[in-house]
Amino acid sequence: MLRHLDARARLLVALVPGLALGTLALNLALPPEHALHVPTYAISLLGKYLCYALLALSVGLVWGYGGILSLGHGAFFALGGYAMGMYLMRQIGSRGVYGHPTLPDFMVFLNWQELPWYWYGFDQFWFAAIMVLLVPGALAFVAGWLAFRSRVTGVYLSILTQAMTYALMLAFFRNDMGFGGNNGLTDFKDILGFNIQAQETRAALFFASAVALALGLAVAAILVNSRFGKVLVAIRDAESRARFLGYRVEHYKLLVFVLSACMAGVAGALYVPQVGIINPSEFAPANSIEIVIWVAVGGRGTLLGPVLGAFLVNFAKTWLTGAMPELWLFALGGLFIAVTLLLPKGLVGLAAQIRLKRGRLPSSHRVPAAG
Amino acid sequence: MRLTGALLYLNNVSVIFDGFKALNGLSLVIEPGEMRAIIGPNGAGKTTMMDVVTGKTRPDTGEVLFDGAIDLTREDEASIAQLGIGRKFQKPTVFENHTVADNLLLALAGRRRAMATLFAPEDRAEEERLEAILDTIRLGALRDVPAASLSHGQKQWLEIGMLLAQDPKLLLVDEPAAGMTDAETAATASLLKEINKTRSVVVVEHDMTFVRDLGVKVTVLHEGSVLAEGSLDQVSANERVVEVYLGR
Repeated sequence: MLRHLDARARLLVALVPGLALGTLALNLALPPEHALHVPTYAISLLGKYLCYALLALSVGLVWGYGGILSLGHGAFFALGGYAMGMYLMRQIGSRGVYGHPTLPDFMVFLNWQELPWYWYGFDQFWFAAIMVLLVPGALAFVAGWLAFRSRVTGVYLSILTQAMTYALMLAFFRNDMGFGGNNGLTDFKDILGFNIQAQETRAALFFASAVALALGLAVAAILVNSRFGKVLVAIRDAESRARFLGYRVEHYKLLVFVLSACMAGVAGALYVPQVGIINPSEFAPANSIEIVIWVAVGGRGTLLGPVLGAFLVNFAKTWLTGAMPELWLFALGGLFIAVTLLLPKGLVGLAAQIRLKRGRLPSSHRVPAAG
Repeated sequence: MRLTGALLYLNNVSVIFDGFKALNGLSLVIEPGEMRAIIGPNGAGKTTMMDVVTGKTRPDTGEVLFDGAIDLTREDEASIAQLGIGRKFQKPTVFENHTVADNLLLALAGRRRAMATLFAPEDRAEEERLEAILDTIRLGALRDVPAASLSHGQKQWLEIGMLLAQDPKLLLVDEPAAGMTDAETAATASLLKEINKTRSVVVVEHDMTFVRDLGVKVTVLHEGSVLAEGSLDQVSANERVVEVYLGR
């Protein structure tokens, strides 16, 4: 399987943790007054971007290669985040405001007497880690199975996924769901026994996010470079042809959709301890649309594109929401229109176009047409 | 249990779309090794007939048997393709972003399950079959070119090559000569005759010159059922055929 990791993918997979280590060295080894010192808040911010990059990669995989425009990937991200948040809540133990040994504060506040069954096991990290993959994966399996089997494609599928995340948002807003209602889960104390606020813990979470992204890139590269990836692109470009060649299109779509959902779940699980909160607004339909914009900006049908897009757009968001907060949504909308009209293949596609003009494009590197 | 010696057996098949009878008691028998041309005016049910055979459309009534025993009305497109029925669309449909070689590779009979495509290694035998097909369809020089940059005629051949790679027992070909030059049309006719040496072929076609080139038994469809059957000369002499189709 490793033969599917070509030189380009290997470089990318090695580069991400390498860069992360370098950044960490600048954070931990240099004194704060040094010119090259990276402050801890920047580490947290970059750690957040790494999670977004993994999330974007998961959308890039289904959309760019499978032609499945999911507008609900925020839901898988949030579910992974909630699974991690539940573990972090149980780690608080009796240190909560109400000092209850097992019940999280919000449950005491709601006068609940005992822990709901679905919170069992979340005091164990391994259990939570499995749920981070299992819950988004299972939801993607059920939703995907129903949609792909009935041959729901294109805009109808997008609407379906959007409805899915919206429904989950409404459900998670309810107090009696047992996930903290609109406040969500927060006030985390420690993770695996380490203080979650400590500089070293933040550094470790940041590095873990980089490793997760690198693993995600490796899995994605193996997938798209294998025969499976070729079938996937074939389905994207001519679904009925693939069907009449004897491929069970729904199986291919389902496999990549579930895998992508698990990837998004991992991104959410790493995101939550770094930002310190998970609440139902993560399910907001607009969030899922934003992910699609990251991918479009970076470039569909590539692995680097989504990662690049997630970093650039979120960097711009951090800067602009600080400098001119009221402008951000206009800027985002404008960006999407500009990319759709001017850069249908995103920034990575632009680079390929420039190389093509200079006549140096290797035949192995082709960016799929828009559509 | 074999119910018939025919490779493809349609008996009294009807398909109704919103009250419109696209197929109206159609019966058709294709023998193993046969090549058959199907002609008929627009709306005669030619494409619907192919849709029924390949599993895209389920008939409302009637029997569709393949290889004497397999009830095609119970199968979906993917399993019918795996049983050995290949279909060529009217508009050439290839995977534009894949190279010519990859298009054929994906069509090669064998691996279809998702897990097999993800984990199984590439194999030499596939490579050899691929080369043989590239020779047959005369696209060997273009093997590493993306299909998107092929000419219309080349795409038609690539699609025929993909059907060969699929190694079907029966090939359904929808208007292969549409949009081709005279030279390409003649080359396509000889390609189909070559293919017919090892498998059965059903060709739907409008182009009478092309049908004459093929020189095979002709079935004329009209309003969803068979109007006439025989050699091209016989059906051309049939008064009803002249009236509804040839229009002269």
